[in-house]
Amino acid sequence: MECIVPEVAAAQATASIFEANELTHSATKDHSPNWQLRRSVGRSVLAVGGDWIAQSGRIPEFSTSDLRVGRAGDLLVFDTVSLGKWDTGFVVFLWDVKRAAANADLAVDDSALPDAARKLLDLLPDQLSEPQKLLRRGFQPFNWLGGKTIGVFSELGAVSQLLAGTAKGGLRAIVAKALIRAVDLIANTRAAGPSALVIVSVVNFLIGAILAFVGAVQLRRFAADIFVANLVGLAVVREMAAVMTAIVMAGRTGGAYAARIATMRGNEELDALEVVGIPLSDYLILPSVLALVFAMPLLYLYGCLVGMFGGFVVSISMLNITSLGYLHQTLDAVPIDQFIFGFIKTIAFAVMIGLISCRIGLTAGRSAADVGVAATRAVVAGIVGVITMDAMFAVAADVIGI
Amino acid sequence: MSDPRRTPLDEIPLLSMRGVTLSFGPKIIQQNLSFDVRRGSIFAVMGGSGCGKSTVLKSMIGLLRPRVGHFFVEGEDYWAGGELLRTEIGRRRFGVLFQNAALWSAMTVGLNVALPMQMFTSLDESTIRRLTMLKLGLVGMEHAVDLLPSELSGGMRKRAGLARALALDPDILFFDEPSAGLDPITSSRLDDLIVNLRDGLGATIVMVSHELPSLFAIADDGVFLDAQTKTVIAHGSPSVLRETCSDPQVRAFMRREQADTAVADKG
Repeated sequence: MECIVPEVAAAQATASIFEANELTHSATKDHSPNWQLRRSVGRSVLAVGGDWIAQSGRIPEFSTSDLRVGRAGDLLVFDTVSLGKWDTGFVVFLWDVKRAAANADLAVDDSALPDAARKLLDLLPDQLSEPQKLLRRGFQPFNWLGGKTIGVFSELGAVSQLLAGTAKGGLRAIVAKALIRAVDLIANTRAAGPSALVIVSVVNFLIGAILAFVGAVQLRRFAADIFVANLVGLAVVREMAAVMTAIVMAGRTGGAYAARIATMRGNEELDALEVVGIPLSDYLILPSVLALVFAMPLLYLYGCLVGMFGGFVVSISMLNITSLGYLHQTLDAVPIDQFIFGFIKTIAFAVMIGLISCRIGLTAGRSAADVGVAATRAVVAGIVGVITMDAMFAVAADVIGI
Repeated sequence: MSDPRRTPLDEIPLLSMRGVTLSFGPKIIQQNLSFDVRRGSIFAVMGGSGCGKSTVLKSMIGLLRPRVGHFFVEGEDYWAGGELLRTEIGRRRFGVLFQNAALWSAMTVGLNVALPMQMFTSLDESTIRRLTMLKLGLVGMEHAVDLLPSELSGGMRKRAGLARALALDPDILFFDEPSAGLDPITSSRLDDLIVNLRDGLGATIVMVSHELPSLFAIADDGVFLDAQTKTVIAHGSPSVLRETCSDPQVRAFMRREQADTAVADKG
């Protein structure tokens, strides 16, 4: 079914606009925009002529000083006899005039202007209000230093609080009271673990191979070829597999967490969670951190094997060792407690990466650019954090004597 | 479908849809759409939620190619030409206000308005600045030129988006739900602004809306889309449709809401 309504009134309105435009757009001989101010008793006449097209880029300016001829209380009238085509470029000029006249206390009689221009001019304010600015102070070193220091401590506090909340959530999860959903945990773990296998393999294989290369060149001088197995095994298990896996995860998963949470913040999804009463630590952070805690030790173990395999391939092809000999030497060189040390480190890395990237996501701004900033910060903080933490572990291990 | 109501004034309608079917993959959104938009009118695309109003607008501004049919911009077949023709028409003639204003969040309001001018005109910086201030002044936002979109309220964002849509002096403006999410006062102010801009700039306005007060106040022509039959079920200005249309669906849409606004007016 269809209803067709005759539109007499609208058609007439259209017609009048059309005629008005036709009239005002009548061309003149002189095409460049020009104006002239004539003064007679009690009134100033501003004559405008030519084509006033914004895109031509030749719109003259008009300022209060141009109105010096007038006296306060005078009337400013327009003469548009020789006005040609015009668009918003003309309105720009008229606005200048309007503001100048308001400044000089002149009354403006705009009845000579084309209807359409008058309508637009009416929308524009008399004065240009001071633009609002963001508060940007100059560089004040002490304020900056103080602010940064306070920032670091409060951030440490916030991350610890997050850790406490997440740990509590974890404890509750054990007695099955936390609001964590198995689906989220599984999806997160899959994204953090199996999907990262390829990149973890490549990185660790190459690291093992590089270690073997470096070691082989040096150890061959002492005819200690077989000790390449010790070097590769220990380095991979103690340090490289754990650190490399953690760096990959900081770049891959940490960045993703930060971006996801920042986007959710921008969409007010976090506010919605809070209002419904779902604690962020249970619903968002706990699955994220737990996923890393589950996935990373396994990836670490896998990385160890791949790394040692990389070393094995290089050693067999470069050095005069049998594969059985290499294997035996490796088993001899790497006792099981080295793996335990690596596991502990990896779990610590996992918790740190998860918490830091979630925290950065939670504090991000709400715009698209802020999501990018949050992802970058999470990756950088994650990598720096992993290496710093690894150094602390190394010192601690030395002191304890592992 | 509709018979183009030709008047001697505009032989060729400014915009004209002919038998257009829109779909996302196999899912048909609207089919066999035919209507004309007259020069200088404020044309409303009406209909309930989810009937495909925004999709129709999307297709008109070149973001969704119709499966069948033609869309003419002043006699030119919009989808028959290449990508180049479409961008050219879009840049020269179309200004779009998106539903959530879609301001570029990394730039200040002023830069948002200035960017199209910086990209597509050879104007110098000071002229661009003047034109930017003018466009912002027209929508009453000149004070916010140096603010970031994230610092604006919803209504201010809409107005800034409107200023950006005006950046290149388009003669056809598309508004997607201009007054959605605004309070009645801000919304009616925006309505006045739209009418003034139409009169002042001589632009034609196509707006998607289901806000009855603003439809009755400013639209002088329109189509009503139906979600079930997936096509146009009524043509005409909303206020006339309210009085004369016999289609039960259109009546329900126009009247029930009218009853609601009457209650709101009393309270």
